[in-house]
Amino acid sequence: MDLSLIWAAIILFGIMMYIIMDGFDLGIGILYPFFKDKSDRDLMMNTVAPVWDGNETWLVLGGAGLLAAFPLAYSVILSAFALPLLLMLMALIFRGVAFEFRFRAKDSERHFWDKAFTGGSVAATFFQGMTLGAYLQGIPMSNQAYAGGSLDWISPFSLFTGLGLLVTYALLGSTWLIMKTDGALQASCYRLSKHIATALFAIIFIISVWTPWMDSRIAERWFSMPNLLWLSPVPLLVGLCFYRLQRALSQQAETRPFLYTLALVLLGYAGLGISIWPNIIPPDLPIQAAAAPHISQMFALIGALVIIPIILIYTAWGYYIFRGKVNRDEHYH
Amino acid sequence: MSDLALTLARIQFGFTISFHIIFPAITIGLASYLAVLEARWLMTKQSVYLDLYHFWIKVFSLCFGMGVVSGLVMAYQFGTNWAGFSNVAGGVTGPLLAYEVLTAFFLEAGFLGVMLFGWNKVGPGLHFLSTLMVAVGTLISATWILASNSWMQTPQGFELIAGKVVPVDWWQIIFNPSFPYRLMHMVIGAYLATALLVVATAAWHLLKQRDHASIRKMLSMGLWLILLIAPLQAFIGDMHGLNTLKYQPAKIAAIEAHWENKGNEPTPLILFAWPDMQQEKNHFVLEIPVLGSLILRHSLTEQIPALKQFAPQDRPNATIIFWTFRVMVALGLLMILLAFSSVWLRLKQQLYQQPLFLKFAVAMGPAGIIAILAGWFTTEIGRQPWVVYGVLRTAEAVTPHPASEVALTLGLFVIIYLLVFGMGTRFMLRLLKAGPSTGEALHGDAISPQLDHATAFTLAPEFHPETKTPASAQSAKHQAGTQADDQSKDQ
Repeated sequence: MDLSLIWAAIILFGIMMYIIMDGFDLGIGILYPFFKDKSDRDLMMNTVAPVWDGNETWLVLGGAGLLAAFPLAYSVILSAFALPLLLMLMALIFRGVAFEFRFRAKDSERHFWDKAFTGGSVAATFFQGMTLGAYLQGIPMSNQAYAGGSLDWISPFSLFTGLGLLVTYALLGSTWLIMKTDGALQASCYRLSKHIATALFAIIFIISVWTPWMDSRIAERWFSMPNLLWLSPVPLLVGLCFYRLQRALSQQAETRPFLYTLALVLLGYAGLGISIWPNIIPPDLPIQAAAAPHISQMFALIGALVIIPIILIYTAWGYYIFRGKVNRDEHYH
Repeated sequence: MSDLALTLARIQFGFTISFHIIFPAITIGLASYLAVLEARWLMTKQSVYLDLYHFWIKVFSLCFGMGVVSGLVMAYQFGTNWAGFSNVAGGVTGPLLAYEVLTAFFLEAGFLGVMLFGWNKVGPGLHFLSTLMVAVGTLISATWILASNSWMQTPQGFELIAGKVVPVDWWQIIFNPSFPYRLMHMVIGAYLATALLVVATAAWHLLKQRDHASIRKMLSMGLWLILLIAPLQAFIGDMHGLNTLKYQPAKIAAIEAHWENKGNEPTPLILFAWPDMQQEKNHFVLEIPVLGSLILRHSLTEQIPALKQFAPQDRPNATIIFWTFRVMVALGLLMILLAFSSVWLRLKQQLYQQPLFLKFAVAMGPAGIIAILAGWFTTEIGRQPWVVYGVLRTAEAVTPHPASEVALTLGLFVIIYLLVFGMGTRFMLRLLKAGPSTGEALHGDAISPQLDHATAFTLAPEFHPETKTPASAQSAKHQAGTQADDQSKDQ
């Protein structure tokens, strides 16, 4: 078995965990402007306060895993996207400290950390989305190094994927809140989720048309025979999930909206994966070409295979401890 | 790649990591302290430990949050700004970082939620386990990152193939020659910095006449720890220095500002000087003969290597590290002085009253943090011009971004860090000023849900009484009150 492929799978899994988990807590920051009341905002924040830090750790695993298994890809991708990534990290600083600072701030100071939480969440998501879009468009390389300019990551397509990720995380956030809250706050989330879900459907559709139109290799991947047959379930499932999601929202279901949103995100993620495969740096550096020495991949792989299941177990335990609706008077601060 | 862009990239890395290291250092120390407090609470049921736990966990979670967000920056900066380093050395540093994430970051994050918010959700045993896991996580994290850093200082266990580092023996890579010293020096440094912060907080409250059992407890616990580890730190520091002399002699020559050996003359110890890298000499020298040989060679005659034995482009900047090293050592000596004077005052039964000592303790509050920074400046600037010692030069490691771009991100980092971490420091000082409230333990949480359970608390007899006691512990207050009167008459 090819170690590079296993590592690619682990990194893809880590990034997926990140998108889902930090997705809903960044989504809460994105939704802050729709909720003005302090006690609503406290409650929204408390639904993720015990878990946000673990959620963000998947992003560190993505970075560290890439460095361990594919140092060339790590150095080229991160150099190419140095600006959007550093801006994203700066935004995550504001978002992350807001969890503590907001509760520590005096009443007169709190508005600043509310804005830091919203602004940080929105900016972090937007730069992540732009990076993703720019990555799909490809990275010029020469002699094992990035060969493009500092601002190449800005394009109409990457601006659109930035917007797309904002909508994705907002939907994860609003359906998470449906699950974790009740009363008026939950009712607002039902209303919001319907609109956001429609927007997300439109965005998935536009990106599905835009990427093959932009890149003939992606078009060939999807529309040549027999791929077309194998891959046709992906768009069909997207349509089905969207329909079920809207129905679950109309029926005021508590958990299903979040689950269908997760399914939509996973399908979208799989779709992007199919478009890029088997490259690690689009358009034409394959996974194996960026591999770390065999002994490096092996050493780290032993740890990953043993420890990731344990991590999943205690992470699940943590979520289990904090299961159920979040109470208005219950918080640590 | 212009020199300016390289300098800016180095400043950016130095700036972001200097801010970052403060938070893990305090979280390493506080996590262990919290584990000890909770264990003592479970063993003795003395409310003072729970009061202190509830107080310091607020400071801990503030520092932890800032550590997470500033640490995330580090994990990505290796790639965004140091592509050459990641590409050449990623085969070694990547797996080490991956292990740190897998064995430490997830562990800390996974149990932190329960530690902070789980008082009403899990029983005392599971809660203590969570605190313990977080504390262990901080130490595991330190182990991996110091293995990685030490390997960059004293690399071994690898081959260079086609210009890239290929690991050969992971045992040799992790247990490289400087790793044990560096790890012990850093972990003890973190404990010292935290203990000094705890002691300074207690001393400040005592000076403000806020004198109760938990304040005295934290002063006493902190000072015992400092007494134990400040001298130990000096001893480990000495061993670390000898190790550096063996593997990075140019660093020691620069730290000592020792330009050349004259004949067979033993090396003096320079107390004060202004090393001049251009003129290759020191200005304003104040030195003690032979002492340098004695300290670094434990001999009266043997010389140490001198800076002029190394080519000018291979010399670290002595002007800086001569001074950062001396700042660290001077602060270490003051810590030992603080510890010894605390023993003297304990014997005289004046530990909690002597104003001069308490002011000294307050002033020493940030000393541990400053010493950690000074120590890291010394060792990191001292290994220049190499990023992986003898293998990869810093200039070859940097990503060739235009200077304007590096300047832009550096500027943003400076503004954001000063704003965010400046505010964080303000929040922390506000918390420290509020101090522990007595009787937080009595307000009924997972561990003491019933008040009748809580009224059974008694204050340990070795403590002088508190001036203010919560209503629910009336009986304890009464007893303690009489003791206090007795003791104040004795003095």
